[in-house]
Amino acid sequence: MPTHRAGPSNDPGIPGAGTERKPLPPTPHGQAREWRVSAYLLRRLLNYLILTFVGASVAYLLAALALNPKSNYEGKHPTPPPGVITQMLDERNLNPDTDVFVRYGHWLDGLAHGDFGTEVQGGSVGQDLARRVGVSARLLLFATVIGSVGGIALGAWNAVRQYRASDQLSALGSFLLISTPVFALAILLKALAIWFNNASGTSFFQFDNEYDATITAFWPQLLSRAQHLVLPTVSLVLGEIAILSRYQRSTMLDVLGSDFLRTARAKGLTRRKAIYKHGLRTAIIPVMTFLVYNTVLLFTGATFTETIFDWNGMGQWAVTSIQGNDTNAVAAVSLFVAGLVLIAGLVSEIAYAALDPRVRA
Amino acid sequence: MSALDAAKELGEGALAPSSATGRGRGRLLMRRFARNRLALFGLVVIVLLFLAAYLGPYLTHWQLTDIDFDNFQTRPSPTHWFGTTQTGQDMFVLTMRGAQKSLVIGLIGGPLTTAIAALVGSVAGYLGGWVDRVLVWFIDVMLVMPSFLLLAILSPTFKGKTWLLFVVLLAAFAWMVSARIVRSLTMTLKNREFVLAARYMGVPAPKIILRHILPNMASLLIIDATIGVAVTILGESGLSYFGFGIQPPDVSLGTLISAGQQDVNTYPWLFLFPAGILVAIILAVNFVGDGLRDALDPNSSGAKARAKRRADAPADELPGETVVEIAQ
Repeated sequence: MPTHRAGPSNDPGIPGAGTERKPLPPTPHGQAREWRVSAYLLRRLLNYLILTFVGASVAYLLAALALNPKSNYEGKHPTPPPGVITQMLDERNLNPDTDVFVRYGHWLDGLAHGDFGTEVQGGSVGQDLARRVGVSARLLLFATVIGSVGGIALGAWNAVRQYRASDQLSALGSFLLISTPVFALAILLKALAIWFNNASGTSFFQFDNEYDATITAFWPQLLSRAQHLVLPTVSLVLGEIAILSRYQRSTMLDVLGSDFLRTARAKGLTRRKAIYKHGLRTAIIPVMTFLVYNTVLLFTGATFTETIFDWNGMGQWAVTSIQGNDTNAVAAVSLFVAGLVLIAGLVSEIAYAALDPRVRA
Repeated sequence: MSALDAAKELGEGALAPSSATGRGRGRLLMRRFARNRLALFGLVVIVLLFLAAYLGPYLTHWQLTDIDFDNFQTRPSPTHWFGTTQTGQDMFVLTMRGAQKSLVIGLIGGPLTTAIAALVGSVAGYLGGWVDRVLVWFIDVMLVMPSFLLLAILSPTFKGKTWLLFVVLLAAFAWMVSARIVRSLTMTLKNREFVLAARYMGVPAPKIILRHILPNMASLLIIDATIGVAVTILGESGLSYFGFGIQPPDVSLGTLISAGQQDVNTYPWLFLFPAGILVAIILAVNFVGDGLRDALDPNSSGAKARAKRRADAPADELPGETVVEIAQ
């Protein structure tokens, strides 16, 4: 095989081949370009910030109007006297008799001081938020890595072997998984795991919560965490692989028919090398935005998984806070989701601006 | 969720049909659709499920409200085809009732979503200027909103009211991505000769949009509506699963699955039948959507068409941006 210098910088003909370079490689007009890029990003950032603010505000107002925190106190035994209820509602900025915009003002004022308010039961929303973000992050770390790598690998593999049995089987499997709601899949997984545990007489698969709190030693606890992690991770990963692989397959097919890949073959690369050095890298770029959004939004998108496997993360909170008429918690979740959309949008825009000059119109 | 492929591919071949006409094209489409075995299979399954959901309950003498005091949580048998629930209700009748709800909600919600998207997208794209800017900003705001959360928050307000309100709400939070695609297609269409000719003849804007713009993206709209059916059913069952959607005494497949999840290993029929029917419905709809896309946009799977379009896509609608929907 003839020697050749592999690497994106040697192949100017490959669109967006600089995936692994640092953003904004030096160019003859480096500074001017950088300035343009940052002005562009700044404009987008400002727009995103306003959108986030409006989105979170609407969510707060809707929650404040539609939810009924009073029911939490009225349902208590013994029922506190009305005066006490009103006082508690007032303390927590939840009193439905206060004008909604006054409550909104209090909420904004708190936010400006980094205070997310108080939960119906008296806890701090901010503390709960921090704890739950951690729980969700630990759940999503593995799911995201396995899901993205698996999806991209499967999609690329199917594209290279288009119309073979493996491709068609994957297509059918993906269709089935895409058509299965996450909650049905998670319940099914749980049932299968229980069946397996019973049949084998072990407790290999664990569910409900993050780990067994009675185990305190380091290694056993790590094992317990791993056992608890398997099922929720699988329930998240299967769906992600199904969607991502379809997407990756179609972008990969685009790339496989492209001229630059033929050029790569013509200069002496083997098919395999050309595909993995140049093809795969280019095909990932369009998929990347999907990946970014999917990863970031999974923080609350894992609602079903977290609820069914009883992980006290953000997704579960989204549901329990609404069921518990916990206005301030709902507002915090909404703000968090809006913020996630902002971060996802920014990350993908920065990546795009770095990779693709056409974006900076 | 095959919305993903669709959202990406929808844009492309959608402008193609303007040259073909009338019945010849219809027959061609039917032939192309029928060639896709899976799509045909999906269509047959939908029709069968529809018939089963509406006629099935008449094949058994059990009613929705009947309680069989001899059979509590019994397994499927000739008397109770899908078994019975804890309170002795016939699971077959319940499941079919849930399937009715899901099918109707999907079949109304999908096209409704597309209709909103077509309206907003075409008006924004055709009128341009500040109308466009306001509408695009509105689309962006709607995209930032946590739709699942807001629907759940709003659910108490439609307690006791008709489920049609629920369908409208589902559609109200699902149209944004399609509207963006419609808008960009409208912007390319509005400079085509036939639209310009109509405008110079003094045809008013609403008429141009209805007569010339929208019919020219019919394939896009049809596919979008089909995918919308699956998305709506998924949204409905998910919300109902948490108790935020269809409220008792009414049943949906989501509420049935939620009720059946407790003892899946002891009483699997309480979960497997509604879940199986739900997956069958969505799968069939997705197959049909896939077949429709192949039939209507023969170019959509072609590599060159897509690569070319991406190269001159305007900045505000990168291929990736349409993906937001999937992540939610």
